[in-house]
Amino acid sequence: MTLAEKILARASGRARVEPHEIVVADVDLAMSHENADLVRKAFLEIGVPRVWDPEKIVIIFDHRIPAESEKTAATHKAVREFVAQQGIRHFYDVGRGGICHQVLAENGHVQPGMVVVGTDSHTTTHGAFGAFATGIGATEMAGVWVEGKLWFKVPSTIRIEVEGAFAPWVSAKDLILYIIGKLGAAGADYRAVEFDGSAIRRMTIASRMVLSNLSMEMGAKVAFTPVMEIAPDAGARYEKTLHINLDYDIPEPQIACPHSVDNVRPVSALSDVPVHQAVLGSCTNGRLEDLEAAASILAGRRVHPHTRLIIVPASQRIFLEAMRLGYIEKLIEAGAIVDPPGCGPCVGVHQGILAAGEVCISSTNRNFIGRMGSKDSFVYLASPAVVAASAVAGRIVHPEIVMAKENSHV
Amino acid sequence: MSDASPLLRGRVAAVLGSNVDTDVIYPGRYLNITDREKTAEHLFELAHPEIRSKLRPGDFIVAAANFGCGSSREQAAAALKFSGCGAVIAASFARIFFRNAINLGLPALVSSSAHIECREGDELEIDLAAGVIRNLSRNLSLAAAPLDPRAIELIRSGGLIPYLKARYASSAALG
Repeated sequence: MTLAEKILARASGRARVEPHEIVVADVDLAMSHENADLVRKAFLEIGVPRVWDPEKIVIIFDHRIPAESEKTAATHKAVREFVAQQGIRHFYDVGRGGICHQVLAENGHVQPGMVVVGTDSHTTTHGAFGAFATGIGATEMAGVWVEGKLWFKVPSTIRIEVEGAFAPWVSAKDLILYIIGKLGAAGADYRAVEFDGSAIRRMTIASRMVLSNLSMEMGAKVAFTPVMEIAPDAGARYEKTLHINLDYDIPEPQIACPHSVDNVRPVSALSDVPVHQAVLGSCTNGRLEDLEAAASILAGRRVHPHTRLIIVPASQRIFLEAMRLGYIEKLIEAGAIVDPPGCGPCVGVHQGILAAGEVCISSTNRNFIGRMGSKDSFVYLASPAVVAASAVAGRIVHPEIVMAKENSHV
Repeated sequence: MSDASPLLRGRVAAVLGSNVDTDVIYPGRYLNITDREKTAEHLFELAHPEIRSKLRPGDFIVAAANFGCGSSREQAAAALKFSGCGAVIAASFARIFFRNAINLGLPALVSSSAHIECREGDELEIDLAAGVIRNLSRNLSLAAAPLDPRAIELIRSGGLIPYLKARYASSAALG
């Protein structure tokens, strides 16, 4: 069996399962962010007095922290009260956590082989820890809070084997953008993805999280990178297998151009694209190695006068560590502004909204129409290194162009 | 409609392309609206604001592949339902949107040809259980994937909340 089949078989009490059959699986972990308020309302409507297991529910505020409006403040308050009343201990309030997927991982909530559901599409991130982790809606989560179970159609699996070594300034973000560009925005709809190969096994956990996280943007239900504790069987059956060699296939950074994540081009194929705003952050690329890459490029350089650079550490812990290591100092000296750890401007709510006609280069995960502000703004998705370099250049560039110059503007 | 039989009749309010994402259906800036009925005010607000004014109760939205891709936001399905949309028919759906729609009692039907064979204003009759779309305006019968009986049961109940509510109310009465 594949990893997805193995985990669903275990969670549904079956010896084996086949793709496309429907199973009812026990949920090991149920995560929500601010939309816990929607879940709470649905739960109260159903009329069951207590949640199935308060120990298996984790709630982490991240989309609008600190509260950007009175309405959000009321929502936060209602969830706080509910959490206290239900005895839900795993609650990360403003200033105690950061982006839900980072906080869930940092605090050891996810273990290999678990079934994890979250009311956030990027719950696929936790496939990097060997969990069958997927996004669901708020009403469905209310059902999980009542019953601790959920039905799943067993997905078929696409295997992606990656060999070779990353070229300078090419990273996990470029790899997954390349794959999404090849497979398309619906290329993994309803499927599980298993990443493996020597290149994947050399990657940091943070980089593997990028692959699992962004696999959602090609529709993946779950996306695994290898772990020690659980592995697919030797005879596992795959819908298809992709082979990628980093040396030949991805010699340079990849950019997802407006307005879809599968509109991917190598950076050299872009003509002069001026950048008004650069964003480094999100559940995709707001981790320590991402801040380190940006700091290494911005050290001794300045953000272009026509560009603003917004840094959003993915969690309080990452923010603190980046301060201790001097990354934040370098970024601020270069002219960046630092948002509090959370989703920041990625969801288009606050902390860096775009005006009509503006262009943003962003390390985030979506570039849909109006995603980060005006419907007439343009979001290009790229790696942290390309975001940092483009902030210096004031236009989208390969980092090597910026690094070739001593300092200042390119 | 949530309280009707699986046979639906209505008009095509819009025919859309592929990869209609959840930010297009319901912008992220309104995610702190948690009254489901109020989500309807922002349906397609940024990209296709005209659809909302065209949509009459029971009307259908027809689209190509991967409708509802992107965020898990349930407001995307809620905004369609509470705008009066009778069903969404698409060549395929992103998985979270599909589950959200059914859980809210909004029929979502897969048909590979509807977006090719239907035009705005066409009258359709849909049999969810049989998986048949009759385009009455063009005298065509289009194949669709029959909706799973469990999904039809949820739609008939008005969605997952009323379904579970009824189930737990009756178990409480027994217990």
